[in-house]
Amino acid sequence: MLAEKVEELSGENIYACYQCGKCSAGCPMAEQMDFLPNQVILLILRGNEEVIDSKTPWICAQCYQCGTRCPKNVDITKIMEALRAIKLRKNVDYIKMRFKKNLPQIAVVSAARKYTG
Amino acid sequence: MKIAYYPGCTLKTDAKKFEESAIKVFKILDIELIELKKWYCCGTVYSLTKDNLMYRLAAIRNLIKAKEEGYDRLTTLCSVCYNTLKQANEMARNDKEAMNKINSFMDEEIDYDGSVEIIHPLEILKEDKIREKVKKPLNKKYASYYGCLLLRPKSIAIDEFENPRIMERIIEACGGKAINFPLKNECCGSYIVASDKQAVAERCYRIVSNARRNGADAIITSCPLCHFNLNEIQEEVKRNYTSFSGLPVLYFSEIMLEALEG
Repeated sequence: MLAEKVEELSGENIYACYQCGKCSAGCPMAEQMDFLPNQVILLILRGNEEVIDSKTPWICAQCYQCGTRCPKNVDITKIMEALRAIKLRKNVDYIKMRFKKNLPQIAVVSAARKYTG
Repeated sequence: MKIAYYPGCTLKTDAKKFEESAIKVFKILDIELIELKKWYCCGTVYSLTKDNLMYRLAAIRNLIKAKEEGYDRLTTLCSVCYNTLKQANEMARNDKEAMNKINSFMDEEIDYDGSVEIIHPLEILKEDKIREKVKKPLNKKYASYYGCLLLRPKSIAIDEFENPRIMERIIEACGGKAINFPLKNECCGSYIVASDKQAVAERCYRIVSNARRNGADAIITSCPLCHFNLNEIQEEVKRNYTSFSGLPVLYFSEIMLEALEG
């Protein structure tokens, strides 16, 4: 169920992943994550809903490094986005935008696009 | 040569010096950047979910504006705008079903088919021409920082995505030394700065320290968000790592102007 939902939202074939870990090895934000990108895929495949409440999708900077290097062409960036969307589409904002001061417009607009429902 | 130019929000405010220096540099090199008469926010890094096309409308509307004003090529300085416009344009070229939906939704506009070409200013610059025009060769060592959005996904890359050289060639054409910089295509943390500044401070620490260890006197970039994360966030890094010594972060056009104006 979770895997189907993620596939529908991301357009990616999660079952193509063979857990080589190349995504996690190259991820610049991996240090800050509670689950590594390849672990996120494993949890989705096992139907473990814990992954929806994990920090990982929100700390993903969507830099496309993982998907660019994936030997199976799985764009994990889109899988992270799908996990965010599951939350955001319940009309929940991840951050409060009105307190964002001293940031360039591009940071504020991008964050609003990615963190609010 | 004349080319249509899309500025985007940050080039008119926080990154004004990027726009000003780039317009001057291009003028010296006989390239005129002509700002679109009417433009909107590009929509920035929109949601990548497959089922929601609404997010792509802003980018497509800007491409329609370029077409309406009679241009078949469009350039933009900001890496985020470049990535957004280029990816939306790729969709317009390759996903007919999505474009039919978007075109019928925007029924007051002309239909869009992907016929405008999005090109990054770094792709227009010619090294020979730069060499001819240099008045005062740069005598410093520079680390070229590309970040993510100029190179990925592969379909929109301005150069080889794992080892781009386009900025290095420009530095050398201006008489500077381009150092080896393995973290040049590692993301700076992007808009995460709005939700977790410390995570970005860690990125800034790693990237700037790596440039310094490889002998750079300064880092150059072409993205206002990378510029902020690598430059302003250095203050945060200094609080976390007392031994950290920073580096100046400049737009590629700023060092070019220095060399070309003399």
